[in-house]
Amino acid sequence: MEFPDDVKYTKDHEWIKIEDNIATIGITDYAQEKLGDIVYVELPDVGETLEKGDAFGSVESVKSVSDCYTPVAGEVIEVNDLLVESPEAINEDPYGEGWMVKIKLQKNQQLDDLMTNVEYENYVSEESEE
Amino acid sequence: MKRTALYDEHIKLGARMVDFAGWEMPVQYSGVIDEHRKVRESAGIFDVSHMGTFEIKGKDALKFLNYLLPTNIESIDDMKAHYSMLLTEKGTIIDDIIVYRLAGDHFLMVVNAGNREKDETWIRKNIGNYDAEFTNISSNIVLMAIQGPLAARILGRLTDTDLSMIPRFGIGRVRIGSSKEMFIARTGYTGEDGFEIFSPISEAKHVWTSILSEGARDGLVPAGLGARDTLRLEMKYPLYGHEISEETNPIEAGLKWVVDFRKGEDFIGKGALSKVLEEGTKRRLVGFRMIESGIPRQNYKIKRDGLEIGFVTSGTFSPSLNIPIGIGYVRTEFSEIGTKFSIDIRGKERQAEVIKTPFYQNRR
Repeated sequence: MEFPDDVKYTKDHEWIKIEDNIATIGITDYAQEKLGDIVYVELPDVGETLEKGDAFGSVESVKSVSDCYTPVAGEVIEVNDLLVESPEAINEDPYGEGWMVKIKLQKNQQLDDLMTNVEYENYVSEESEE
Repeated sequence: MKRTALYDEHIKLGARMVDFAGWEMPVQYSGVIDEHRKVRESAGIFDVSHMGTFEIKGKDALKFLNYLLPTNIESIDDMKAHYSMLLTEKGTIIDDIIVYRLAGDHFLMVVNAGNREKDETWIRKNIGNYDAEFTNISSNIVLMAIQGPLAARILGRLTDTDLSMIPRFGIGRVRIGSSKEMFIARTGYTGEDGFEIFSPISEAKHVWTSILSEGARDGLVPAGLGARDTLRLEMKYPLYGHEISEETNPIEAGLKWVVDFRKGEDFIGKGALSKVLEEGTKRRLVGFRMIESGIPRQNYKIKRDGLEIGFVTSGTFSPSLNIPIGIGYVRTEFSEIGTKFSIDIRGKERQAEVIKTPFYQNRR
């Protein structure tokens, strides 16, 4: 399982990468592995404004559905249209081709509740022991 | 949690284990979609030994089962199996089962994992003065299912028995590899050809590993409960706790054919079901496909013009058809093929349409 160090992680198993005030968000390798074959992805509309903690979409496998939450507030400026036709991209490349949304950050946000790759790896190993 | 005799094999194969009705069972090995497609194209092997197996024999066994079940047991030949149900006096469904007639007065019954205790209690309660002996032999039997268009070819290479002599729903006695003799039945829950194997515990690992290694060159894979569910859903086979329960009767579930109203004997639930038949049912179980995006799931509401007209009992993305499909109860007037309604998918109404079932038809 991969936990790249150039992204940050949430307790709900999203990853986030912030560059030039734009956040790219997807779900982690651990999350896609837990879900299994992903067959459908629901994404927000471009232009939608999201508050921190809002559900921005959902990911469905054969067996179950999971909401995805944004750890930052801002405006959706792009969604990954590839996922409409090829939702399995999330299984194959969760941190690359499988990204879900890009959000333009609102100013002056606290980003202190995100985890580093090491912290997240510890977090999921504790979760999977339960 | 309880484990089957094949637990170690599942772990060795890298299965993901989940709790199913108190049993630690493999939900998937390579992935649900892959396993599903392999069963449709080649073959898969399933551990289904969480299900219960009962033995009923004795002078009155036939008479008793004819009272207990809505099926005409007399019409089942020796060494043949039949789909049937345990019904309440109200005509609702305690469980769906397969009954196997080994000989005149000797029967087996396979029941759902989650209903094993309830079914045993019900059968013991009703056996009353019938001269019949009931034994729960679940803990001696490891049930496996080999399913798929190549199932007979693969199993045929492992046994001296001519499998072509066992018709659909027929029962045979075979040795598999170097195993002792055991019963198999040409039955299943996938819509494909295949066999369910009643292995003694001592032989189970040998049977499982022999089939896996013999089947590998034909593309046979181990398949978990995830694929078992999507396979049965494509056939619109009911699953207890979803399509059928003690709140539903066989008529509205589209399973009237299971109930033989013309057999001579009285049976549990007959009176209530005759009345249901006379009055008609208010709702019907239908199969539908999504026209708009989204995947229907159990208990999502079915609506038309803003009014609730039913609910989803099962839904999934169909790996064979590549579209989301579902099963649900709707008011009878909305059950015709071609009827459109919407599914309330977590707050969003998405269009769906009643279509002909089974959703999937194999090439045979």
